[in-house]
Amino acid sequence: MAHPRSRLNRRSRLNWTLAALLPLGFLAVFFAWPVLAIITLGLREGGISEALTSADTWELVAFTLGQAAAATVVAVITGLPVAFVLARCKIRGLGVLRAAVMVPFVLPTVVVGLAFRAFWPDGGVLPIVLANAFFNVAVVARTVGGLWAHTDRRAEDAARALGASRPRAFLSVVLPALAPAIGSAAAVVFLFCATSFGVVLILGGARYRTLETEIYLRTVELFDLSGAAALSLIQFAAVIAVLLLGALARRRRETALALKGREELARRPTGGEWAVVAAAGAVVLALLTPVVGLIIRSLSTRDGWSLAGYRALATTGERGTLSVSGVEAALNSLRTATDATAIALVVGVFSAFVLIGLKRSGSRVSEALDTALMLPLGVSAVTVGFGYLVTMDALPGDFRTSPLLVPLAQALVVTPLVVRMVLPVLRAVDERLRQAAATLGAGPARVWLEVDLPLVGRSLVAAAGFGFVVALGEFGATSFLARPDAPTLPVVIARLMSRPGALNSQMAYAACALLMVVTIACVLLIERLRVPSSGEF
Amino acid sequence: MSLRIEHITVRYGQTTAVDDVSLDIADGEVVALLGPSGCGKSTLLRTVAGLEKADDGEVRWDGDDLTGTPVHERGFGLVFQDGQLFPHRDVAGNVAFGLRMAKVDKEVRLKRIDELLELVGLDGYQHRKVTQLSGGEQQRVALARALAPQPRLLLLDEPLSALDRALREQLAVDLARLLREAGATALVVTHDHDEAFTLADRVAIMRKGKIRQVGPPAEVWREPADVETAKFLGCNKFVPGSFVGLANDRVGLRASALRVDPAGTLEGVVLERVHRRDHVRLLVEIDGDEYEAVGPVTEIGDRVRLVVEQDGLAVLRDEPHGGQ
Amino acid sequence: MRRIVLVAALLAAGCSTQTAPKSHEVTLVTHDSFAVKQEVLDEFQRTSGITVKQLASGDAGELTNKLVLTKGNPIGDLAFGVDSTFASRALQEGVFAEYASPEADKGAQRYKADDTGKLHAVDVGDVCVNIDTGALAGNEPKSYEDLLDPKYKDKLVVENPATSSPGLAFLLGTIAKFGENGWQEYWTKLKANGVKVVSGWEEAYTQEFSGSSGKGPRPVVVSYASSPSAEEGRTKALLDTCYRQVEYAGVLQGAKNAEDARKVLDFLLGEKFQAQVAEQMYVYPSREGVALPESWAKAAPLPEKPQQLAPDKVRDGRERWVEQWRTLVQG
Repeated sequence: MAHPRSRLNRRSRLNWTLAALLPLGFLAVFFAWPVLAIITLGLREGGISEALTSADTWELVAFTLGQAAAATVVAVITGLPVAFVLARCKIRGLGVLRAAVMVPFVLPTVVVGLAFRAFWPDGGVLPIVLANAFFNVAVVARTVGGLWAHTDRRAEDAARALGASRPRAFLSVVLPALAPAIGSAAAVVFLFCATSFGVVLILGGARYRTLETEIYLRTVELFDLSGAAALSLIQFAAVIAVLLLGALARRRRETALALKGREELARRPTGGEWAVVAAAGAVVLALLTPVVGLIIRSLSTRDGWSLAGYRALATTGERGTLSVSGVEAALNSLRTATDATAIALVVGVFSAFVLIGLKRSGSRVSEALDTALMLPLGVSAVTVGFGYLVTMDALPGDFRTSPLLVPLAQALVVTPLVVRMVLPVLRAVDERLRQAAATLGAGPARVWLEVDLPLVGRSLVAAAGFGFVVALGEFGATSFLARPDAPTLPVVIARLMSRPGALNSQMAYAACALLMVVTIACVLLIERLRVPSSGEF
Repeated sequence: MSLRIEHITVRYGQTTAVDDVSLDIADGEVVALLGPSGCGKSTLLRTVAGLEKADDGEVRWDGDDLTGTPVHERGFGLVFQDGQLFPHRDVAGNVAFGLRMAKVDKEVRLKRIDELLELVGLDGYQHRKVTQLSGGEQQRVALARALAPQPRLLLLDEPLSALDRALREQLAVDLARLLREAGATALVVTHDHDEAFTLADRVAIMRKGKIRQVGPPAEVWREPADVETAKFLGCNKFVPGSFVGLANDRVGLRASALRVDPAGTLEGVVLERVHRRDHVRLLVEIDGDEYEAVGPVTEIGDRVRLVVEQDGLAVLRDEPHGGQ
Repeated sequence: MRRIVLVAALLAAGCSTQTAPKSHEVTLVTHDSFAVKQEVLDEFQRTSGITVKQLASGDAGELTNKLVLTKGNPIGDLAFGVDSTFASRALQEGVFAEYASPEADKGAQRYKADDTGKLHAVDVGDVCVNIDTGALAGNEPKSYEDLLDPKYKDKLVVENPATSSPGLAFLLGTIAKFGENGWQEYWTKLKANGVKVVSGWEEAYTQEFSGSSGKGPRPVVVSYASSPSAEEGRTKALLDTCYRQVEYAGVLQGAKNAEDARKVLDFLLGEKFQAQVAEQMYVYPSREGVALPESWAKAAPLPEKPQQLAPDKVRDGRERWVEQWRTLVQG
């Protein structure tokens, strides 16, 4: 690693730019290439201008962005109190709460959609917004909570001492400090909501459509590739615009913060903080409502309560309608999610470090890479999935049908989350801390190992847990890929839900319960991990 | 065992932060780089450390060019203004860091930690969390951490300026003693001349990217190289040498240059009076011009006699006039 | 550095599993609902020496479009699951290769898509109106027209033909029944009688329908002829309101292992596979003389005179009909 640094800045910029090629290469091969290929295919058929000038199209755009923005606002507002409790409160059972918050993320959209339909039988905009927010409260709670847990409490105390009321201190001191994490979370949530599919389909009551559902319909049902390509381009443009806005907001906010250990900051809530705890409790209760509903459905039959659905999980269904048992499907899920998380962590952490390095060396590529990494969240899964079909056969061994394609596609979705969770903490690390280590004899790799890794350790573990959960619940990308038949739990649930009969339905809900249990167990387990050589931080 | 800075130039885009600077530091010597903020002194220090790249010139150690040697292989210790302790390690863990990098045996390491903590007056702090230390304690740990691997050269970047005044003065004295006891070769960057003169064997005055003067503290204090330097060192009034009975063209007066004393040769009228910590500061009119002076309590309007205090004078070598 | 190596290793691992094709491996591309009894498949693999690798994804529409997109370099050797709605497109695009299966004239020919001999009917899954017999005791509708009776106001729930395959089948059924000129009038009246439209089968059947375990508010729903077999006599299909959907299989044009693929196709049309499609996939076997499970014979017999539209007619009219339906029912 020790090479002469004759032209330190320029040289390091070159090095970081080269390093950026790895994540960019991953994106290029598994994202840009397939997406561009399928869009080009559509463009060749013509008819783009027609779609672009249609009033229908712009209504779609407006509704898509509008509902996503609304859901993002709801998710941020409801996620903040939960983030506060996760980050700052010493309360019994916090570990379980942290894990439980993740549950909505893995629930299949069809199950959540049906749960919301139970309250709003005719669907509509409100349930769409709420359901999208429901899925994403965890993103806000975890991303913001991650930074909040390490920001110094003293600035807030100082503001209070200067006579600021608690809300005032929150608005003027705490919120600006959390802004980078909130911005990160909001960007992710927005993209998830803008591309949400099942929820809009089920709760839109065939009335409300978004770019995502329309791209799906045109591609799959109508085989109107040119129309789909036009809409994909619009989706692309909208997503990039939103990401750039987010990047601008972040650039102004992300600064070095004095990071502290959570242990020193967490305490029992006092006074008005209990109100926040109560608000968080209300949010968690609301999140749990559909969960309780599905557990009830997994237990109830016409003739009363029964565990038949759960017993069936050990089998391949009522008449052997599944190719694997529920338990095997759970194992498949775990395997795929592990692969996806590993790939995403590697690419994501690497990207985050490259982003920091590029920024430090003053390169402008940093912003571009940052935005590029987020794009996969904002592009239709069907576009990517179909794109794979027309490109991946060029890779050695016909990659279109490789068992690795599913985890790779999932990693594409998980990577931006890892980056967004690790980056704010990494950026908050004072550069001079690394320099201090270097002057003490630590080479670049050692600095990374001794300073960066321990400091981001916690958020890295959190990112891994989060990424794992996303991969566990991922259905959109998975369902479009032609995959060797090793169905995961979400796939099995979807299959069971599409069959008539009480037992199939019970088993579907029991599989959901199993998915939730697996999720909570995994998150608890992952969060127990400590990054080697890091102290308690 | 000596550092030689040769014609170092560092540019940031259009601005030249360090402009063709040369400086030697001998073995065991403590040199202070003294200058106003923004003069390029920190950049020079960071260049010596290897954290900045020089556009021109070389940093040499015992004659060897260090340009190609990365930071971590230079063996120079660095103390930042605000410590920059590793928050995820306790006090001992911080001090041990450089020793671990140097693969020092654990036993030796532990002994060395104890030694250093004793040296900086923090014996028994081994297992404290660094985030719970006061600012002064943090700086002591930072110093111990930098000293632990026995660096060839210690670089201190405004090591005391983040502390409050009383602590700063106390620590400056402690630090001077420590550096002597450790026999360290050191380069201290500071904007505070008290600090520079307390710590350093030699002081280098830096302004606008250039070193204007290098010399022992007393010499620099008594004979600043030019008017700007004299101003930076506290002179706010310049008079012909004859005014204070010297042969020089020009002499700079500090606030303490004139003292009320019945035995004095100068005579003036008190215009204003301000009580300071341990003296009274006066504004006195002498021959139609206003001068600062110190003295015992007097009333405004009193006529007083004044003596010249040699320590308050800066003797300027003859040079073309201007700059006042 | 280690990370780069890891990724490289992962990619290499992915490749290496692909580079050594087994001599008798056949890749079967299907939709998500494909299912086969493991014993039946195992026995076939054992006796034929062929290993069947299943590639499953999406629904019939996705499957068809995937096959079209990859027709130059197919992702498998044969495909199952292209249905009568999409058959024309697949045939038009030249996705399938001809093959005269010895099993094709054992009943499958009754449902053939065209005369090219490229697609072979594997099963039939009719879409019919289902009713909750308990809720409508003694007052059951029988035909399309009955659904317009004020007695059944606010009783029917259907799926959106734009987003749901049974929804589309029901729409096609009304078009076949009332003709290009009459179906819109029928739907206008259906709308006036309070038909509820939801986007998918899951919402319609498991949530809105009163005869399923969801115990919803509406006793009449568009589902499959086979659905009552799972509801223990609480529901039944109205056999005069059915639309025939056929699922086909065919050897893919450009298959790497066409010879073995043909044997797998024979297997799909053969007695053993056909005997288990009802239980596995809730569809009716295309082969003649294959007995249905007992519960089916009583609760879910195969409709005798379902509505039907020629595949090419469906291909040409579908988009227009769905658009007209949208304006009419949702506009």
